[in-house]
Amino acid sequence: MTESLTLPLPERLARVPFLAEALLLAIAAAMFFLLPYSLGFLTRVLILMVLVLSIDLLLGFAGIATLGQAAMYGAGAYAAGLFAIHVWADPLAGLVVGAAAGAALALLSGLVLMRAQGLTLIMLTIAVAQICMEIANKARGVTGGSDGLRGIRMDPVLGLFEFDFIGQTGYWYALAVLAAVFLLLRLVTRSAFGLSLRGIHDSPARMTAIGTPVYGRRVAAYALAGAIAGIAGALTAQVTQLVSPEVFAFTLSAEALIMLVLGGTGRLIGGIIGVAIFMTVHHTAAAHDPFNWLFVIGAMVLGVVFFVPGGLVSLPARLRGLMGRAL
Amino acid sequence: MSEHIMPDHILQLAGVSAGYGPTHVIQNLNLTVAKGERIAVIGRNGAGKTTLLATIMGLTRLHGGRLHLRGQDITALAPHQRAAIGLGLVPQTRDIFPSLTVEENLRCVLRGDATLEEAYALFPRLKERRHNGGTQLSGGEQQMLAIARTLMTRPEVILLDEPLEGLAPVICEQLMQVFENLAADGRHTVVLVEQHAAAALAFASRGILVSAGRIVHDGPAAELKDNPSLIDRHVGVSLVT
Repeated sequence: MTESLTLPLPERLARVPFLAEALLLAIAAAMFFLLPYSLGFLTRVLILMVLVLSIDLLLGFAGIATLGQAAMYGAGAYAAGLFAIHVWADPLAGLVVGAAAGAALALLSGLVLMRAQGLTLIMLTIAVAQICMEIANKARGVTGGSDGLRGIRMDPVLGLFEFDFIGQTGYWYALAVLAAVFLLLRLVTRSAFGLSLRGIHDSPARMTAIGTPVYGRRVAAYALAGAIAGIAGALTAQVTQLVSPEVFAFTLSAEALIMLVLGGTGRLIGGIIGVAIFMTVHHTAAAHDPFNWLFVIGAMVLGVVFFVPGGLVSLPARLRGLMGRAL
Repeated sequence: MSEHIMPDHILQLAGVSAGYGPTHVIQNLNLTVAKGERIAVIGRNGAGKTTLLATIMGLTRLHGGRLHLRGQDITALAPHQRAAIGLGLVPQTRDIFPSLTVEENLRCVLRGDATLEEAYALFPRLKERRHNGGTQLSGGEQQMLAIARTLMTRPEVILLDEPLEGLAPVICEQLMQVFENLAADGRHTVVLVEQHAAAALAFASRGILVSAGRIVHDGPAAELKDNPSLIDRHVGVSLVT
């Protein structure tokens, strides 16, 4: 207690549990009132945050590089969409189905993929997403092919809140799911399982030497991240009520990875901040120059890689360090 | 050739040849370890001592032979499966995870009824440093953490690979006392690979000399301790200092 009082204010604030998360939640709530006509865009941002959190579990904690997380996202979207059309239109049940679909695809592909490393692994993750996209394109009778899956009509959330045209229900629903996923990942990453993933990230050989089943843990992490990506996909299907093969697109996986790198890996909150910054730049820069807005993102990524390797979430600590050295 | 598995032996290696890739580092090695035994494995650098421990743990390529733990054939088991049934290795490189704190290094392998308090009771210094990063520790503290972490997996056979290397004499004494306590509690069998032959032989009940991947002498530790010339003759240099 006494020790913490002697620390500088920023460090004292950094030690307050859930302060940053509460602040972000308050900002998200405020955005609802500040941008009431952009709720569709804001909901998309929240869903992307769920997707990026799934990549952070893989890359930031377990050290598993992937450019194919859209495969699980798409599987969740199609599963939730088909479930709503043919079985039950309850949103929460749809989330469970989306999570199960994402986890199942990740588990099946992960049994093979998690034996690979480095560039081979990255290429295989891309291949899985491309195969899924082709299947979605060809299986017109089930998926609607390139026209997409239509006719998704969702029941009210908890039987109370109807999905509305403006997107108010969709926004709060997505925010609640994001908060739940964040808390779940917080628990997981601080558990013995999560710590072993960080150990595997540091050195798989060391973890093997002290008797940890490295392959099994990597597969489990891949399946869990697949479930979370599946939830993100299910949210998209439920909120937009449309699923097209583009949910498997390489650009989605790549952009999600860039968002994570921008914000900072292995911190969870970094992914949230990365998505917010990427999507804000996208929204504003693309409005000014629809063809060259990616230059701004490119410059930001270069800046982060060279000057703030820990991501923008570590910028305050980095600046404090520089100021301390200057003084 | 039929294998003879001794029921009172906790660990048995029969005709084991192993190495890294196609290289054979240890060759046709036979070793039986009784429950509760304290063994010191001594040899020059490159003799195959570390490879012997790594082979017992399943971390090398096995070219021939069989390994048994408590009579169970573990030859085909993966390292984590061997750890789950009672083998624990403290690697020479300590292998502390730099991104984890002391407490997290211990928690990430916690198994069964093992508790952090046990580790802290054994090494009170670790409790004081529990929030420090793994790389913010001194060499001695890192070794304490490596030993405590292995104990969190509840091993019956503890394989210690040069735990005293590069440590101050006072820390070496502390660690040897810990090994003494572990071996004396009746639950642990200790195989100690060590360059500090005098300390290792003072601790052990049995001494094994390894040279060029083979066991060249196997007998009571006192025999080697009292006759340094025996080590000179087999290993070629004096290791008892």
